[in-house]
Amino acid sequence: MTHKEPLLRIAKRDSIPRPKAYAIRVIAVLLSLLVSGAFIFSVTKLDPIQVYKAMFDGALGTSRRSWSTIRDVMTLLCIGVGLAPAFKMRFWNIGAEGQILIGGIITAGLMRSLGPSIPAPALLVLMAAVSLIGGCVWGVIPAVFKARWGTNETLFTLMMNYVAIQLTSYCVALWENPAGSNSVGVINQQTKWGWFPKLFGKEYSLNVILVLTLTIGMFVYLKYSKHGYEISVVGDSENTARYAGISVRRVTIRTMAISGAICGLAGYIAVAGVGHTISTTTAGGRGFTAIIVAWLAQFNSFVMILISFLLVFLQKGAVQIASQFNLNDYASNIITGIILFFILGSEFFINYRLIHQPGKEGKA
Amino acid sequence: MSSQLIQLFQSAVVFGTVIMFGAIGEILTEKSGNLNLGVPGIMYLGGIAGLAASFFYELNNPAPNPVICLILSFTAAFLAAALGGLLYSFLTITLRTNQNVTGLTLTIFGGGIANFFGGGLNIMAGGVGQISVASTSAVYCAFVPGLSGMGVFGQLFFHYGFMVYLAIIIAIAVRFFLVRTRRGLNLRAVGENPATADAAGINVTLYKYLATCIGAGISGLGGLYYTMDYIKGTWANDGTIEALGWLAVALVIFATWRPVNAMWGSYLFGLLSWAYLYIPGLGRRTMELFKMLPYLVTIAVLIFISLRKKRENQPPASLGLPYFREER
Repeated sequence: MTHKEPLLRIAKRDSIPRPKAYAIRVIAVLLSLLVSGAFIFSVTKLDPIQVYKAMFDGALGTSRRSWSTIRDVMTLLCIGVGLAPAFKMRFWNIGAEGQILIGGIITAGLMRSLGPSIPAPALLVLMAAVSLIGGCVWGVIPAVFKARWGTNETLFTLMMNYVAIQLTSYCVALWENPAGSNSVGVINQQTKWGWFPKLFGKEYSLNVILVLTLTIGMFVYLKYSKHGYEISVVGDSENTARYAGISVRRVTIRTMAISGAICGLAGYIAVAGVGHTISTTTAGGRGFTAIIVAWLAQFNSFVMILISFLLVFLQKGAVQIASQFNLNDYASNIITGIILFFILGSEFFINYRLIHQPGKEGKA
Repeated sequence: MSSQLIQLFQSAVVFGTVIMFGAIGEILTEKSGNLNLGVPGIMYLGGIAGLAASFFYELNNPAPNPVICLILSFTAAFLAAALGGLLYSFLTITLRTNQNVTGLTLTIFGGGIANFFGGGLNIMAGGVGQISVASTSAVYCAFVPGLSGMGVFGQLFFHYGFMVYLAIIIAIAVRFFLVRTRRGLNLRAVGENPATADAAGINVTLYKYLATCIGAGISGLGGLYYTMDYIKGTWANDGTIEALGWLAVALVIFATWRPVNAMWGSYLFGLLSWAYLYIPGLGRRTMELFKMLPYLVTIAVLIFISLRKKRENQPPASLGLPYFREER
């Protein structure tokens, strides 16, 4: 049988110098911006440069906008940090959305019910602790089934999202305010019980401090702790892990407990530190976006800061374009999609090289 | 039979048909080992493409021909969704990106495209700011002539647009393809163990590409059915298609990767999703808890099949795993 040798052959790279790898990624981002620009132009006939300028303005144009960008970066980053250990272990925790909502429901519930009965700092700590536990439980349930019976975690965690969403709808109906609005409204609007306090004169300082602490902590945990090492061994090969005497079951459950807990905490931040309300859109798809953040950063929590920033920047920018040029802000999802497709695709050129071999007689 | 029960049955079938298309397409895709989490995005693409095609046709033709309406919107929906599948295939199969991340990105992207253009069409439609493609929608909503008038029986089984029956036909065809044909066997081999399939001379890449693209096209029809029949040729940026898309993914598990199970499973999901409206004495809050049912049932099935470890109920063995010939 004659076998035609293809013109291009793919070979795995042994290693790639770091600058070159980053260069490939930068080229990918630039290309994606070109494509998005072409898309914007073809649809709207607006000058893409103007559009990108407007985006910049929307994300960072004023101090208020910058802070709102920072606030959203922190929320997204927190979820990404939470997902990193699970994904590093190759545990597909698609359920961040649900874990966030559980943390959010608990926070909102405590804000409503406890209010003035305990001192403000105690309330903040209590809400944080209970939402940590809530998210943890929500994450551990699928982990236990995965660890004991090999139940598919991708699908299990995905379903848990919808259970959490319905629970949230239930709570919204329960706490509806004012009646008939189908929303909880801003909780403790006058009294600000359970709201994050202003630190250093800035509204979102506490969000930043909390999330950056977690980010550094997660970096150290994954890179320098024994647990982190176990996670990466299990992620690379469960058989190797077993051979090395690591209990895969225990590591799976422990890691998901941490992952779920941090996502629960993200729900706490989203409710007590940002929205001061709860609805089914409190997580707003960020549980999914954060997967992309964690994955693209290859679980390096410092790189996650950059990627979260890029994504939030795009989103804020798109909202600005939408209002300025009378479009709708779903354009941001399109642009985000295009950029992610390019970055994902670029990994191929980092891991593999193409070998051109014209006219060579090949034997398969 | 009380009219309430008939209504419940009808809404279950209509609801079920949307997710049946999504699930049947995804079954075909997953049988090739590709776990495409882009189903919601693909359904979005199908829905908006079909809607846009008929919108522009009706806009330019004061007296639209129903047959052309049908062909245009149907083809547009199928092709747009298949293109989404092609994008996913190119990234995961050729560029070897991670399937889950790529699928989620496709969901974001597809939702973005659909809601962006859907919102745009609503603005273009002017007036009340609500697009409507009445002529095309009428074709999709037309009941089976004659039979739908046959009393309760007609009400139960013939009171639907043609796509309800198309979904059933496709489900049976996919089952026939998977179980009874050589190519179906090859496809299943690719999903179970691509290395072995490769060694046996099956073109793994081609099978994966075709199954994913055709599967995506079928899933996209769910979006088309939703826009044309379920919401009568209109558009709303309310995220319903996304929720239905995830439900379709759930249905694939519920059906344990069998098209015929997906058929009755979809109606059961429809029943579970609407049951709360027909159970007397439920408050609004309890209703919300009731809507959890399809998901809880899916979780139960997922746990059950992993506990029983029956071989024929398991997901395709290489589901979600990449296949690179040189990295065996």
